[in-house]
Amino acid sequence: MKLLYFAWVRERIGLADETIERPAGVETVADLIGWLKARGDGYELALAEPEAIRVALDREHALHDASLDGVREVALFPPMTGG
Amino acid sequence: MATIRTGVSGEPLDMAGLVASFDQGRTDIGAVVTFTGLCRDEDGRLDALELEHYPGMAEAEIARIAHLAAERWPVTDLTVIHRHGRVAPGEPIVLVIAASKHRHAAFEAAEFVMDFLKTQAPFWKKEHARDGTATGWVAARDADDEAEARWGKPS
Repeated sequence: MKLLYFAWVRERIGLADETIERPAGVETVADLIGWLKARGDGYELALAEPEAIRVALDREHALHDASLDGVREVALFPPMTGG
Repeated sequence: MATIRTGVSGEPLDMAGLVASFDQGRTDIGAVVTFTGLCRDEDGRLDALELEHYPGMAEAEIARIAHLAAERWPVTDLTVIHRHGRVAPGEPIVLVIAASKHRHAAFEAAEFVMDFLKTQAPFWKKEHARDGTATGWVAARDADDEAEARWGKPS
């Protein structure tokens, strides 16, 4: 599964993207965020307030309770500020 | 069926050129509404805005939002182009051109597109200060969520 990070999520984690094997027990976006937070200080800092994190699954907006089954690309980012 | 053109660009946007090419020789359009979102200098504080985007999803979201607008209002044409990369004060960030037989559809479609772009299109603005002080990410505004919400949930 490919993970993409944008804006301050990317800066705090220190990576724009990475590829992971989804660990057993990680079923939803919320599970993934919980698992990522334990991977290091940058992740912990970026994801300290999960409610501030927006998510896209295969380039479509999704909520934190969405299932990761069949998902190839997960993007985590702050609320958008375009326009 | 509306003609919809959408996209993202790393180069400066040219509203005058777009409008000129767009309604040339047309006799079926009664109203053209254009919106240009510009980079401000925030009272001289800002050197530039850096617009980060999610390649692939940004294009798809802009197209999705334009199609939602075209389903909701009888527009004949809808063009939406958004910048990414470094944008200087005074330069456009986003262009919307909506055309219709009668003005209300064009006005409302353009406003709807902008309200949804603000909250749904994956772009993020980072400020670069003129005095070289630390730059920061622009925070999302509650007012933008409220502006989106007033249109109701699109089906």
